[in-house]
Amino acid sequence: MAIIPQKHAMPVQDPTERGHNFQEVALGYSRETAIAEAKRCLNCKNKPCVSGCPVNVNIPEFISKIVLEDFEGAYETIASTSSLPAVCGRVCPQETQCECHCTLAKKFEPVAVGRLERFVADWHNANSTSHAHVAEPNGHRVAIVGSGPSGLTCAGDLARLGYSVTVFEALHAAGGVLLYGIPEFRLPKRIVSKEVQTLKELGVEIATNVVIGKTLTIDELFADGYEAVFIGSGAGLPNFMRIPGESLKGVYSANEFLTRSNLMAAYREDSSTPIMKGGKVAVVGGGNVAMDAARTALRLGAEHVYIVYRRSMDELPARREEVEHAQEEGIDFRLLCNPVEVLGYNNPDNPRDERNGFVTGLRCVKMELGEPDASGRRRPVAIEGSEFDLDVDVVIIAIGTSPNPLIKSTTEGLETTRWGGIVVNEAGLTSREGIYAGGDAVTGAATVISAMGAGKLAARSIHAYLCGK
Amino acid sequence: MYRVVSKRALNPTVTQMEIESPLVARKARPGQFIILRVDEHGERIPLTVAGVNPESGTVKIIFQIVGATTELLNCKEVGDSISDFVGPLGLPTHTDGIKKVCIVGGGVGCAIAMPVAEEFHRLGADVTSIIGFRNRDLLILEDEFRACSNRLIVMTDDGSYARHGNVTIPLKEILDSGERFDQVITIGPLIMMKFVTLTCQPYGVPVTVSMNPIMVDGTGMCGGCRVSLIRDGERTTKFACVDGPDFNGYEIDFDEAMSRGRIYMPFEREAHAHVCNLLKQAQ
Repeated sequence: MAIIPQKHAMPVQDPTERGHNFQEVALGYSRETAIAEAKRCLNCKNKPCVSGCPVNVNIPEFISKIVLEDFEGAYETIASTSSLPAVCGRVCPQETQCECHCTLAKKFEPVAVGRLERFVADWHNANSTSHAHVAEPNGHRVAIVGSGPSGLTCAGDLARLGYSVTVFEALHAAGGVLLYGIPEFRLPKRIVSKEVQTLKELGVEIATNVVIGKTLTIDELFADGYEAVFIGSGAGLPNFMRIPGESLKGVYSANEFLTRSNLMAAYREDSSTPIMKGGKVAVVGGGNVAMDAARTALRLGAEHVYIVYRRSMDELPARREEVEHAQEEGIDFRLLCNPVEVLGYNNPDNPRDERNGFVTGLRCVKMELGEPDASGRRRPVAIEGSEFDLDVDVVIIAIGTSPNPLIKSTTEGLETTRWGGIVVNEAGLTSREGIYAGGDAVTGAATVISAMGAGKLAARSIHAYLCGK
Repeated sequence: MYRVVSKRALNPTVTQMEIESPLVARKARPGQFIILRVDEHGERIPLTVAGVNPESGTVKIIFQIVGATTELLNCKEVGDSISDFVGPLGLPTHTDGIKKVCIVGGGVGCAIAMPVAEEFHRLGADVTSIIGFRNRDLLILEDEFRACSNRLIVMTDDGSYARHGNVTIPLKEILDSGERFDQVITIGPLIMMKFVTLTCQPYGVPVTVSMNPIMVDGTGMCGGCRVSLIRDGERTTKFACVDGPDFNGYEIDFDEAMSRGRIYMPFEREAHAHVCNLLKQAQ
């Protein structure tokens, strides 16, 4: 049988349409398309794709079950190693993980593993009546700090082993970055709450409104009878550029802008959350968060949205798919540009002018690429005298985050790096006995799936630790 | 859910509530704050802790009805619940080594100043409290301040009660008389805190101000609460939720903070009017 050289295309909402709504961009495979795509899998003996998956989903096995139209069986295969199938099927960068190891990829496009995973998870959520299998309690208690992807994964794996698990979340709802960071049009909130619900059915307890390091410390968790702790508190603190004008009204960190829109639901028309919408918007940065912020601003009603990034398209770190989607929607990429000052309104004759202190523009300088730096990417260098102003009302800074110091500063003996990341060994163990960590709190800002991989590793290590105790 | 266990109107626009939250009650120290949501669609608002009772597991909050959320909060009665209550957030007020302190509170800021004054009194410090209000009707917590202050001076802007004028008048008189404080701590409207700081400057008295900027998460994640400090001409950015809310008054860029505080004013006016209309209709 001849191999179909290309992936089956993902149906998407029309770009002109979707720029004005928050519904999902990618619509998902139909049953027929999923089966046809699944048939492209060669079912190789050595399963190179599995080695590319941070949580080792048995990819050929679930795909072969799709071919047999055993969708629930396919779901069970995925769910046996992944706590968040519907999430991963949407936000994993498969192109640099499972799919790039696909044997087909040597000559053709790889099997669309991510799209198939999403199909299976959505099928399960829509059709399955089976309930999660609750394990026999083993009498041990584990505390998880943070309900983002690493925490939820660690919690799910431990609950399946019979541990009594409590997840502590600082915000009022569970999901971490899946909820406050990733917008509705990429990852609908109902998908996240469904995955959280599945964990609750496994017996995982979720305690919202508890800030570990403030409401309770890690040492108090041990005193309360928890025998091990996993820290998955994420990379919380937004970085700013340290340029003049960053405190003007209309300058947001991407965290604040996205949190207002996502977690606080400003994207909904009935929301009481204030957010500056409309006008012209510049988003500074080139990662996935920058794409999310730009596309959110567009959907909130912006007339024009710029991405301002200091390197070129080749170095832009966002997923290709997200960049393409953003371009289709009309996001204006200003590459090799670096902001030097945020400009604001100031009426010298009337200090009470209501417009005073609001953003009016972003002054940028053009850049060129010089020699490669420590990261291997060519270092951008400012071109002297090339300053120009973008006329904007809102500036969103999406240049990364740093780990939140709350836990470090309240947990004695917890070793951290110079930039604040928690130090762990290859098993996910920190410098303190019984305390494990993973995700962005350890690595700095990374991906959902790598955080899940770290949560999985820590669950295995915690199990080994408590079994040996 | 977090139950309202007591409620008292301190004046027509300021309400005191005690909320059941044992974990916060066990931990909160003067100067720290909480964030609450009234219901599951509500916004998150920060309020400073006005007192705790670890035995009964309750936390006292005092709020002025200024916008949609505080209007809705004020609709809650004893026995009702609010959906979220998290804390304690921020750093407690620094008290070490301070033997003689002057607490300067303005308006509803006195609700935050009061537990700080009580804490210094409990630690055995000499406490002078200067509290100011727009008029007699807005006066709150006079008895509470009297109980924990060695000296209490009450001011009203319009002279309708106690002494006429603003809080900087008696503060300047005391400093002019040669009396000194280890620390002046001021809590209230930004413009008042700015002038308290300017009043103290010629005398070299250290001033702490309590900032109350717009916040979302309260744990350092959003950066919306950032304030600029100017130290030796160098500008640095701090997050009030994790680095504050207390800051050195001489370093704060008050004008910027005042400007940032007004960012959503039209939105808030509209939201408040909307809620008031709904409440009227409900009645």
